[in-house]
Amino acid sequence: MTQPVRVVLVDDHSMVRAGVRAEIGDAVEIVGEAEDVASAITVIIQTRPDVVLLDVHLPGGGGRAVLDACIEQVPHTRFLALSVSDAAEDVVGVVRGGARGYVTKTITGPELIAAVQRIADGDAVFSPRLAGFVLDAFTGGAAEDDEELDRLTPREREVMRLIARGYTYREVAAELVLSIKTVETHVSAVLRKLQLSDRHELAKWASARHLI
Amino acid sequence: MAQAVRAYRSASGRMVAGVARGLAEHLGLPVALVRLAFVVLAIAGGIGIVLYLALWATLPMQQAEDDEDPRARDRNQLRLVALGAIVLGIALFLAAIGADVVSGAVIPIIIAVIGAALIWQQADDDQRASWSATAARAARQGARSTAAVRTWRLVIGVALLLLGAIGLLVNRTSPAQALQVLGTALLLLAGLAIVAYPWVLRLVRDQQEQRRAFIRSEERAEVAAHVHDSVLQTLALIQRNADDPSEVTRLARSEERALRSWLYAPQGDAERTFAARLQRDAAEVEATFSTSIEVVVVGDAAIDPSLGSLLAATREAMLNAAQHAGSEVSVYAELTPAAVEVFVRDRGAGFELAAVPGDRHGIRESIIGRMERIGGTAEIITSSGQGTEVRLQLQREEAS
Repeated sequence: MTQPVRVVLVDDHSMVRAGVRAEIGDAVEIVGEAEDVASAITVIIQTRPDVVLLDVHLPGGGGRAVLDACIEQVPHTRFLALSVSDAAEDVVGVVRGGARGYVTKTITGPELIAAVQRIADGDAVFSPRLAGFVLDAFTGGAAEDDEELDRLTPREREVMRLIARGYTYREVAAELVLSIKTVETHVSAVLRKLQLSDRHELAKWASARHLI
Repeated sequence: MAQAVRAYRSASGRMVAGVARGLAEHLGLPVALVRLAFVVLAIAGGIGIVLYLALWATLPMQQAEDDEDPRARDRNQLRLVALGAIVLGIALFLAAIGADVVSGAVIPIIIAVIGAALIWQQADDDQRASWSATAARAARQGARSTAAVRTWRLVIGVALLLLGAIGLLVNRTSPAQALQVLGTALLLLAGLAIVAYPWVLRLVRDQQEQRRAFIRSEERAEVAAHVHDSVLQTLALIQRNADDPSEVTRLARSEERALRSWLYAPQGDAERTFAARLQRDAAEVEATFSTSIEVVVVGDAAIDPSLGSLLAATREAMLNAAQHAGSEVSVYAELTPAAVEVFVRDRGAGFELAAVPGDRHGIRESIIGRMERIGGTAEIITSSGQGTEVRLQLQREEAS
């Protein structure tokens, strides 16, 4: 095996950090922990980890503030958002801030390890819920004059739908008769669109959800 | 009987300002008798009128009950008649004491009185409205529907008052003089308005601030009540069941779901849209079988009969998955104007479809039969060891 992935945990609840450490600590190397925005930025810039597991809700500005502060300085570090929140604006906020994926805290240990590995390899990780968000945001009102960034290709849509249905990448690949690598490429493309698109629906949808 | 007995003006069932009815309720006499007394006193030298006006000004208005009398509309018309009668009475009275009703100063005075009465009535109604605002929702609805009426009543009232005053002026003096006086009066009024403006503004702001504070505290109380009923109760249950991990998990999951739906769900139509009902069904199945069900819904629609059947079939599929698979269940529903698709997937043992005995109604009747009856399809993809996925599909007519 190659060197273990170097991970920093950022979460304001020490119980959560302890739990995550217990679940993935054997498979990856945890090089640092932080409990708020300021300490997270310091730790990340000091240790330059491969992957940061980033809580969306943090005292001092949230996960988005951490992303904004260090994504330029540590170009090789990748961020995976970890959250209990279903609120779309939280998820979309960190993903558009540069996170490579989003998983909920109810994820199992082995799944989290796989997700961290995938992020470290430069791929994107979508939970079923995030896939649902994407489909929701990119569905409907699609006019022909939309920018390429503002549309999902039919294949990307199929991949998103299968992920929303709870399929793993491997199962998606089997179902669509693709290689896992191709599935990963599609997911990364969708992530890019989610980050860069200024599709009207995306903004409208996010702001509509904001009004609870 | 130790209750302090205070007289109020009645907010409901009033003819003019509710003085007579309030007094009648206070004294325990029939309303008609009190009204008659006022009329008699009014005729006998006008004391009744003075008394009535004095009581109107001094008696506080009764806090209105929220249930608006359905006959209120009829009564409004009756009240208009009552007001008319009063005006006519004044005119007749003046005529009787020898004033020239038709030409002289009487008509302007009457017009002015009507205007004043309108404004007074409006003030009363506003007072009532600010009470019913205790129910914040009612206030918001009320404000929208009556805002136009209020404005018009005020404008007409002020206009009548001015008209009366001008009439009086013109009547007494030459037109040129009247114009001069009018100008002076307007100037005076403008000056008064400028002086009073900040004070009035502050008064209005204070009232708004009070109302907002009240709504805030109401909301806080509601949140506190909700947290107490749900979260705190569940936490207590979890402590009591601390040595039963599966029960703790079940409690935590169901509470989490309940709290989430309370926080994030769209308000109001929680039971009428497909997504909300699906979430609720999933929560129920989850609570029954201690499994976790992840629900992702794209799009939404109001529930119609065929969507209702689809929901029932989905529920059955979730029950099967939760019951037999014993693993996490994923539910994905996508609603477009053209079609609805639902996928219920588990990672359990799976089963051989052909091996299911014919008397098992679960799948054949509740899922496949139900879907066929509404013109949809149900597909079950499974084999031992692979988990199961139920795919439900329903074409919809293009949304009109």
